[in-house]
Amino acid sequence: MSDAATHALDHHEPPTSTGIPNKKVLMWAFLGSDCMFFGTLISTHLIYRKISATVNGTPLDIRNIFDIELTSFSTFILLASSLFMALAVSAIHKGNLTGTRWMLFGTVVFGTIFLACQVYEFTHFVYLEGHELTLSTYQGEAHVFGSTFYVLTGTHGTHVAIGVFWLIGWLLYSFTGRMTTADAIDIECCGLYWHFVDIVWIIIFPVVYLMEYAF
Amino acid sequence: MATESVKYVAPETDTKTSSKVFPRPGQNTTGIVNWLTTIDHKKIGLMYGLASLSFLLIGGLEALLIRTQLWSHNMEVLSNRQYNQMFTMHGTTMVFLVIMPMSAAFFNYLMPLQIGARDVAFPRMNTLSLWCFIAGGIILNLSWFFTGGAPAIGWFGYAPLTDNRFAEVLMDMGPDFWIFSLQVLGIASLLASFNFITTIINMRAPGMTMMRMPLFTWMTLFVSFLLILALPAIAIALAELMFDRSYGTNFFDFLEGGKPHLWQHLFWIFGHPEVYILILPAMGIVSEIIPVFSRKPLFGYGLIVFSGAIIGFMGFAVWSHHMFTTGMGIVATSAFSILTMLIAIPTGVKIFNWIGTMWGGRIRFDPPMLFALGFITMFMIGGFTGIMHSSVPIDAQHQDTYFVVAHFHYVLIGGALFGLFAGFYFWLPKITGKMMNKSLGKFVFTLMFIGFNLTFFPMHYLGMIGQPRRTHTYNLGHGFETWNQIATIGSFILGIGVFIGFLQFVHSFCSKKLKPAGKNPWDARTLEWTLSSPVKEHNFARTPIIKARDQAWENNYGPPENHSEKVPLDDHGVHMPDRSWTPLLSGIGLLTMVLGLLFHLSLDQSGEVVRDYTVAIVGGVIFILGVILWAVEGGGGYHLFPKEEDE
Repeated sequence: MSDAATHALDHHEPPTSTGIPNKKVLMWAFLGSDCMFFGTLISTHLIYRKISATVNGTPLDIRNIFDIELTSFSTFILLASSLFMALAVSAIHKGNLTGTRWMLFGTVVFGTIFLACQVYEFTHFVYLEGHELTLSTYQGEAHVFGSTFYVLTGTHGTHVAIGVFWLIGWLLYSFTGRMTTADAIDIECCGLYWHFVDIVWIIIFPVVYLMEYAF
Repeated sequence: MATESVKYVAPETDTKTSSKVFPRPGQNTTGIVNWLTTIDHKKIGLMYGLASLSFLLIGGLEALLIRTQLWSHNMEVLSNRQYNQMFTMHGTTMVFLVIMPMSAAFFNYLMPLQIGARDVAFPRMNTLSLWCFIAGGIILNLSWFFTGGAPAIGWFGYAPLTDNRFAEVLMDMGPDFWIFSLQVLGIASLLASFNFITTIINMRAPGMTMMRMPLFTWMTLFVSFLLILALPAIAIALAELMFDRSYGTNFFDFLEGGKPHLWQHLFWIFGHPEVYILILPAMGIVSEIIPVFSRKPLFGYGLIVFSGAIIGFMGFAVWSHHMFTTGMGIVATSAFSILTMLIAIPTGVKIFNWIGTMWGGRIRFDPPMLFALGFITMFMIGGFTGIMHSSVPIDAQHQDTYFVVAHFHYVLIGGALFGLFAGFYFWLPKITGKMMNKSLGKFVFTLMFIGFNLTFFPMHYLGMIGQPRRTHTYNLGHGFETWNQIATIGSFILGIGVFIGFLQFVHSFCSKKLKPAGKNPWDARTLEWTLSSPVKEHNFARTPIIKARDQAWENNYGPPENHSEKVPLDDHGVHMPDRSWTPLLSGIGLLTMVLGLLFHLSLDQSGEVVRDYTVAIVGGVIFILGVILWAVEGGGGYHLFPKEEDE
């Protein structure tokens, strides 16, 4: 870290008891809490997955409406965005503003592609002939799968969207000319959040999608 | 505030430019603006305390109406629906708007002082937490004035009571108000907890190792961890319920494949840690008071700390003992029964430690000590009946009777509220700088102690002979009348006691006649008692270097090597953060958004549901604007140069 950055940190944030910046402790505490949010949602989905797996006496085969190729693609895109995020954090620590800007841009683009895939997926599930999976029904019959599916993946999508807006904020800030290595801790917190959201998807993808093909 | 020793110096760094974006109230702001924009943990603590005391009066009034209705058989003071609303609002108010924020008031005011910090880690976030709490309280109590009135679903909101189709009133909005207020209060608790965790882990004064921290700070840490890990369960459950009610999902809708049982699990996964969230702060307060008034160090400090940790940890593994009668199966009920019995052990350890502290001490029976002793004895009775409930057959007998009502009031009034009142009598001299009348304090304790036992002890018996709870009246001939009348008389005595206590607290702020408290009126032991009363805006003029566990005591009586030192003065002064409008703006945005979501549904002439999100979107935009301005305005701040001894 450059001298300027050390000085700025010394001035604004007195040394902490653990040596870890306050913002980072806050972020880890938040992520711990967020684990419980997603834990509750994933548990709800797993509990209902088999209990309500019949429509009108016939077992529901959700595989008919899943487009596993598309979801695999968007999973890959989201994981790749984590690489950009890590490179952005590395670049800001080295004081490489141009690199930070490009890597943030890459993360935003890949996050947006993931969100676009999710919007496409939701739209098709709801409206395409023969799918008609809504929040409360499947092909016109009362059902719980739609409830847990949309609320779980929707909450994850909301997290991604918040992350994208947060990154866009930093991207815009990088053009004001005020961005220094003193902001590295903020970018790093942003990165922690982004990686966490990715990790949650690594759990959701097998639990919600792949498991339907296995059990 | 000793302004003559303070000179204003603008920050010399880049924050100067960014703070110009949005005008921020300056150092010498006074009056209402000072309170609305403050980010000082002490003022936030005071506002938390005053608001929670006011809600205590509202919740108490609801309790008295309940007791009046039960005075005799087939009374008609309240209709059955009004009675349901009353116990729902009483429970929700007392848990979420009284005990939790009252604990938060103590956390806010004392924890930074106890660890030698300037403020909490994120002062503006702390302010937002306060406004979220106020917004949540407003939303819950607004429910009385709209379709259907207050929620009539119990503080637990069991499905299918919350199902639209079973509502007694068309388009009943009560449960919606309940859902949204709990969500907003949850945000308040989460923000505060993240802040406290960061502060305690990271902002301790030099030498303040974890094992030198006062017990109250330890309990703040545990409660904060419990909150951030338990609240998500109810937040998600409430979100699912909101989707059920407003968007037709089937999470808890048994007609469409949902499982009402799931609600109970999600609710109590939050609800049982919540019990420890309510009681651990009081345990922390009592652990501070008993050594002071016994003039002995706390017996078994380490044991009490680790018992607190174990209680917090095991608190997540006993939730299903609230659901023994739902038919979970032998394995699950046995496991939860055993774990519930086990959790009594660390609680018992604490009680023995407090007794050990008093043993051989020179005990002074001042009001704080009386309330602390009341806490131990009454909490023990509540604890014993709790252990009874860990046995599944006994629990099946007691389920939904007044025995359970007796049990949890012994834990929450005899436990939590007595502990918090002990805290008020102990720390208000530090906060106001004035001593309160001890005789009046003892009188308040006597009234509360007698009234409380008269109200709730007979309920053990009433429950045993079968009076059901949550039932608005009873018939003649069951033998319920006498004991219900005694309970009602007791509840009014308790109410008068609490009200006089409230008046005494408020009076101690306003009165100019009470005698000054000085720095350490009780000859107490922890760091906050080395500061003047009331505490100066900047807390410590120079950060103390901690040498021992009971630092204030060691400074007075300990060997010289245990006396605290001061970090050397520099030309830097004490860095104070600027006041800010942005937390209030964000809070108003959040309140507007929630009200918009609450009222977005309406029916047109043909009976079709119409959705209008205009107000919600406006609120959301205000909230986001608040957050953006918050980010742009930066930390800001000014420097104070207090004299060496000006603290």
